[in-house]
This record gives sequence, C-alpha cells and structure tokens, in this order.
Amino acid sequence: MLIKKTSTSDISENEVTPENIYKDRRKIIKSLGFLGAGALLSGQSQQAHAISWFKDKDEEKSALKALKYQADEPFTEALTPEAKITSHNNFYEFGTRKTDPKQYEGMLTVNPWQLNVDGLCANPFKLNYEDLFSKYPLQERIYRMRCVEAWSMVIPWVGIPLADVIKQAQPNGQAKFVAFETLYRPEEMPGQKSRFAGGGIQYPYVEGLRIDEAMNPLTLLAVGLYGKELPTQNGAPIRLVVPWKYGFKSIKSITRIKLVNQKPPTTWNLSAPQEYGFYANVNPKVDHPRWSQAQERRLGSGGLFSQNYIPTLPFNGYGEQVAHMYKDMDLAKFY
Amino acid sequence: MKKPQYKIRVTKCVAHLFLLSLTVITYYQAIIGTDLTGQYINDPVKFVIHFSGMTGLQVLLLTLLISPLAQKFKQAWLMQTRRMFGLYVAFFACLHVFSFWLFELNFQVDLFIEELVKRPYIWLGMLALTLLLALSVTSINKIRAKMGPNWQKLHNWVYLVLVLVWVHFYWSVKATPTETLIYLAIVISLLAIRHKKLLKGLKALKRNEKIS
Ligand code: HEM
Repeated sequence: MLIKKTSTSDISENEVTPENIYKDRRKIIKSLGFLGAGALLSGQSQQAHAISWFKDKDEEKSALKALKYQADEPFTEALTPEAKITSHNNFYEFGTRKTDPKQYEGMLTVNPWQLNVDGLCANPFKLNYEDLFSKYPLQERIYRMRCVEAWSMVIPWVGIPLADVIKQAQPNGQAKFVAFETLYRPEEMPGQKSRFAGGGIQYPYVEGLRIDEAMNPLTLLAVGLYGKELPTQNGAPIRLVVPWKYGFKSIKSITRIKLVNQKPPTTWNLSAPQEYGFYANVNPKVDHPRWSQAQERRLGSGGLFSQNYIPTLPFNGYGEQVAHMYKDMDLAKFY
Repeated sequence: MKKPQYKIRVTKCVAHLFLLSLTVITYYQAIIGTDLTGQYINDPVKFVIHFSGMTGLQVLLLTLLISPLAQKFKQAWLMQTRRMFGLYVAFFACLHVFSFWLFELNFQVDLFIEELVKRPYIWLGMLALTLLLALSVTSINKIRAKMGPNWQKLHNWVYLVLVLVWVHFYWSVKATPTETLIYLAIVISLLAIRHKKLLKGLKALKRNEKIS
C-alpha cells in the first residue's frame, strides 16, 4: 500500500507556479508525449498524472476573465489541480452528483448581479457585478478546503476579506450574526425547480456566521480561483470561503448578506440537525454520525494507489488564527 | 429454435464478458486516475466504492427479475442463468467492502473494525453481505442437494437482502437524490410481483415464532 504524505519536499507540478510558466512546462512535458505516458504507466511519476493522455483540460475553455490580485505567499502543500476543483462540486442547485454542476458551466447569468448588504447597520449598500471585482483590492488566498464528506482540496482563491465588506456597512451593536443567502432562480437552477433534482433540501440555500467569525481575517468572499473569475459550478460570481469550517458553510452565488441579532437558520442544519450543526468547525474528534472525521483524503492528481491520506486537524489546521473564538465552548455539543 | 442449452451458454458468456470487462475498465481508470479520454477521475476511491455498490445492487435487481421474466415469457431456460447472476451480486458486494477497507480506510484494521461497529448503515450492509455469502456457499450443487427443502427457505432471505441493500444505499447518501427513489420503485415492484409468496412466508414465520 502506497501512503503518500505531503511535505515541503514533495511539491506537485502546479504548486504555486504562475499559470503561464506552469502551462509552458506542461507543453514541454506533453511534447515528450510517449515518455510521459510511459512514466504514467509505470506509476512512478506523480506529475505524469497531471498530464492528461489525449487533451489538455486547462487549454480547452477560458472564457473566464483573468483577475488582477495580490498574490499569496507560497503554500507548503500541493495545490489541487484546477480541473478537479472545477468538476468536483457539491452545488445541489445544479444537481446532487458532484459532476452535475460542471454541466451548467457558463449557464448561470452572473452579469447583472446584485449583492445586498443590509440588516442591523448604519450603511446598507448594494454591489453589482463590476463592483465585485473593482471596489476592493483583490487578494489571493491559498486555503485548505475540508468537505464534511472527508475529502479535501487545496485551492488558490482570489477574493475580498469579508471583514472589509462588513465594516463598510457599519454594523450596529445589535448585530451578532451574519446571514447569507444564495441566488434563488429556478429558471436557471434545475435543483431549485424540482425537488427531485435538488435532493430535497430547502432553497434558497442559507448560511450564517457569528459576527466574530465573519470578521476573522481568514474569512473570505471569493470572486475567483486560479487567477480567474469563478466558474458557475464553484459559486460564481461571489461565494464565501471559511477555511476552518466544513465546506457546506462556504455558501455559493451569494445575493444577500444580512446583519442580524439572532442565530440565522442554515440549510444543512434544517435538513438534518443531528448531522450538521451551525458551527461545523472541522473537528477530528467529532464524527459525523455516518462516518469518521479523523482522517481525510486530499484530492490531488493521483489514482487509487497514490491516495494522500492525512489526519484531519482541529479547525482544519487554522487553530492558531481561530481557536480563541471558541475557547469557552464545548465543541462536541456545538458541532 | 435453438436449443436452450445453447442459449444458456451464450447468455452466461455475454454476462461474464460484460461484467468482468466493466469491472476491469473501471478499476483501471481509477488506478491511473483519469478516464479513457484523459479527464480526471476526481475521487477514484468514491468512484470504485460507488461502482461496486451500485453494480451489486443492479445485478441483484436483475437476478430477481429473472424468474418473473421466465414465467411471463415462458422461457424456463432463463432460470439456469440465475445462479451466475446471484454469485455476481456477492462478488460485487465483496469488491465493495474490500474497496472501502483498502482505499477509503487505507487498509487500517482498527479503523475498519471501528466503522463496522459504529455505523448503523454499515450494520445493514454487513448483514446483507453475510446473507449473500451464505446464499453463495449453499449454491454449490452438493450442498444444495443435501439441504432439501431448507434450501428454498434459506434462499428466500434474498428478499431481505434486497430491502437491506436499498436502506443501506439510501442511508449512505446525503439528502435524497432521485436515484434512490427510482431504485425504491424497482424494489417495491419486485416485491409486489411476489406479494402472495412473501405474505405466506411472513405468516409462516409468525406461526413458527408462536410455536417456539
Ligand atoms: C460490510 C458490508 C458493507 C460495508 C462496510 C459497506 C460500506 C459502504 C460505504 C462506506 C458506502 C458509502 C460510500 C460513500 O461514502 O458514498 C456504501 C454505499 C453503498 N453500498 Fe455498501 N457496504 C457494505 C455492504 C454492501 C452490500 C452487500 C451492498 C449490495 C450489493 C452495498 C451496496 C451499496 C450501495 C448501492 C451504496 C451506495 C453507493 C453510492 O451511492 O456511492 N453495500 N457502502
């Protein structure tokens, strides 16, 4: 059994390499074609897996506009290939299978868009599609993403700290929580149109954070990934990213951010309260009732025998930045 | 008209070829991590657990469809292909559990046992697998002959397997994908076709309980 552990000395091909250089290198390796395929068959080369056999996925379509942003520091763990990040999605608005949402790429109208920021604040405001990319300086943030289903990825997001947006709204003293809502547009979202296609959960999808969680510097409103604007299936045009919580907290295609004084309802908690809590902090000690959360599989470019099994870390490894917010809480109770 | 013997052989041959090549192609893709067109298999582990589980369920449904079909279309020879399909159900079930242990749990014995003990939906799967193995072993001709009428009694438990597997499947997924409901409809139809036999069987079970 091959157990692949990620370490700094074992960095994948596309690890924090600017995309053009990364692509050039891939072209060279591709032109070695036969050799690459040989390495792939012998199973010796991890990177060979990143080179597809017959066509290059990254070169296929690129209607998504490139973004200008401040790059993040190099990350110590290998990035998940872009092709995987954009084709392995839980976005039930577009179907319950992970491969479903990609089928709708480009089919959601994101321009015009309206994101309302309101509720208990002095300065409610709206952001349109252009504002999302121009009103705030964009930053790259390379984060681990841990799904409640025990798989994980490393994703280079581009976005805006949520705190910047909330500060602009000037929340008043009563604002204790932040409620988020996904676009409700059944004409374009087959999962919302039919109970069957949408897996029987309630729409629009809603999520929430405590205000201190929302203001934490890690919390991001992402508008892009891998340097380009978000594709439909990853939550275009704007989504939340809360890297120390399970993926379902990171609500997609947001149309409303509302400051409220009570804990807002959240979709998966409404659907199965004993399985999904409000906090949903990544916690290896608290199992999902149907599976263990102690370990995760990092989805990289490898096949069955080169899976990367890693122990799941409390707060997904971001304890230093976030654990203080929960120091007096029983995390087994507030899961 | 071709002889039934010939039809049986062709049917079995086609089924072997189809099911085995499907399995080999699926695992091959998962092992190299890309499909035959070069696209990533995003989660090769879930891919094989899903494949083996779903194929097991599908072949089980097919197995239970054989006798109604044979009756309806007066094709008695079909009955002689049923054992092969039944054994394939057990094969895919074993492959499924093995894939779960080997690839999801990285062959860790303690983790595997912990999962078996902790998860109610896995208890159902385990019970189904145990029954399937019992049915497989007793399908050996010599054993079958020795068992007499008890053989039929034992093999009627396949209907319980059907229900267990569906519940296990339904329980293992998040929310309620349409697929689960389609399979439920098929399960109910297969049971409904046999409602007389099943009701009689249930009554007999109750009677036995009272006596003992
Ligand atoms: C010890 C026995 C068993 C164990 C440990 C087991 C384990 C599992 C696990 C872990 C899953 C969830 C996969 C996921 O995470 O999505 C699953 C799903 C499933 N299992 Fe089993 N299973 C067992 C027996 C069976 C049997 C006997 C069958 C019938 C042939 C079966 C059919 C299925 C099906 C159809 C699914 C749903 C597949 C999917 O949606 O991806 N299982 N099983």
